[in-house]
Amino acid sequence: MDNRVVITGLGVVAPNGTGIPDFYNAIKKGISGIRFYQELKDFNFSCCIGGIPKVSEELKQQYLTPLQLKNFNSPGILYGCMAGIDAWKDAGLSINENSNTDWDSGTVFGTGSSSVEKLRESFYKIDAGQVKQLGSTAVVQTMVSGVSAYLSGILGLGNLVTSNSSACCTGTEAILMGFERIQSGKAKRMLVGGCSDHGPYIWGGFDAMKVMSYKHNDDPEKASRPMSATAGGFVPGSGAGALLLESLDSAVERGATIYGEVSGGAINAGGQRGSGSMTAPNNEAVQRCIKDAIHNANIQPDDIDLINGHLTATIKDAAEVNSWATALNRKGKDFPNIHSLKAMTGHCLGAAGAIESIAAILCLHHNFIFPAVNCEDVHPDIAAIISPEKIPQTVLENNKLQVIAKASFGFGDVNACIIFKKYTE
Amino acid sequence: MTKEELIEKLKGIVKPYVKNEEGFNNLNEHTDFLNDLKINSANLVDVILDIENEFDIIIDNDSMEKMLNVKAAMEIINAKLAEK
Repeated sequence: MDNRVVITGLGVVAPNGTGIPDFYNAIKKGISGIRFYQELKDFNFSCCIGGIPKVSEELKQQYLTPLQLKNFNSPGILYGCMAGIDAWKDAGLSINENSNTDWDSGTVFGTGSSSVEKLRESFYKIDAGQVKQLGSTAVVQTMVSGVSAYLSGILGLGNLVTSNSSACCTGTEAILMGFERIQSGKAKRMLVGGCSDHGPYIWGGFDAMKVMSYKHNDDPEKASRPMSATAGGFVPGSGAGALLLESLDSAVERGATIYGEVSGGAINAGGQRGSGSMTAPNNEAVQRCIKDAIHNANIQPDDIDLINGHLTATIKDAAEVNSWATALNRKGKDFPNIHSLKAMTGHCLGAAGAIESIAAILCLHHNFIFPAVNCEDVHPDIAAIISPEKIPQTVLENNKLQVIAKASFGFGDVNACIIFKKYTE
Repeated sequence: MTKEELIEKLKGIVKPYVKNEEGFNNLNEHTDFLNDLKINSANLVDVILDIENEFDIIIDNDSMEKMLNVKAAMEIINAKLAEK
């Protein structure tokens, strides 16, 4: 029989909150982490705003050693390590550099692209004939598996250690890959999540595609507007989210706090056929992914209390809502509540699915629904499908949530959907 | 530069990479970077880069290969300084 998989640890470094207490407070109050960055303006970006986590030098040093921070220029790896270490400790697990290898614990920690700043620095040295100056850490910081490699060394992980990459699906996919590893009995604990760098070198390509918001450089907190009639593109974000997944048996044996259960999920792709392309989702694939997740989790569409959408604040939001409504066969007032964390954090790319899943689990654990800020003017195409009251403008407390569906979609026409459920024996 | 001064400079350079504090406290001419200080072998290239910057010298590949202990490092640094 398959193992049940529960969540026993959380860690987050998000634009609107570093550490779970900060983040929890921020999402409950609808606090935005989007700010204006002069650097982007100086580089002639159309979108001069973004979401960058606040991390002080002192805080960095609590997670990485002076040696690890020497010639270090990889914010994504830093955020991933911070979130990963927090999640590990939150689960009540210890960190000891002299411990034995933990054969039962592994990690799937993804990223969309790795350490562009470090790559840039390295390229300049190579072009100047100074390859020797790269030192010993250019490889480990720029390899895609850098973040999982750093975490594995810090924690002593001896099971699967890898980094997945599937664009904006990455974080959500990582959770499902770790889930399957535990479900099938190949690991007891998996640290899963995603991380993303920030700044002009990673955001530039999106700016060039004209898919980012450029009308709110003067009021950044209003810029990310998922499901709104005035949505004008996504706002780039960054950070990391980490979850410690564990077999129910192991969690119970350790007496760990259980935040919730991963009851199932699905990953698929649209093959860039039909409405799908490199940059747009095949709606049929999205609907299949949602239906497969429901089937895999052994629940009914009506069981879903809340949808934590992908909803990036682009013209594709209405198509996503329509896909949910079609897949669940629920419309109007019968539709579950729905919101998007991106309104507060922007789109954290490879970290998005992980950070947003943490927000979902906090809702599940603390019985609340964070507000869908910046959606006071629901898009008419969306209002035609679902009742606007299903997009809560203010925080809903004392909401006895049982089941939350979380989905992410990414370039390459890839999809992932997870069902989180309140844990009951 | 006296031998003692050179050793003190080297101590400052290797400090961030040292994994064995006892070996570091007893650092002398006969100290081996890998065995006594437990410096990760990958970090030897960083130690050499730091030495190059500190003394404003260039250490060639053949010399790099020999720089596994304090004594060899001192000899190479002195030789390169003399060439300047």
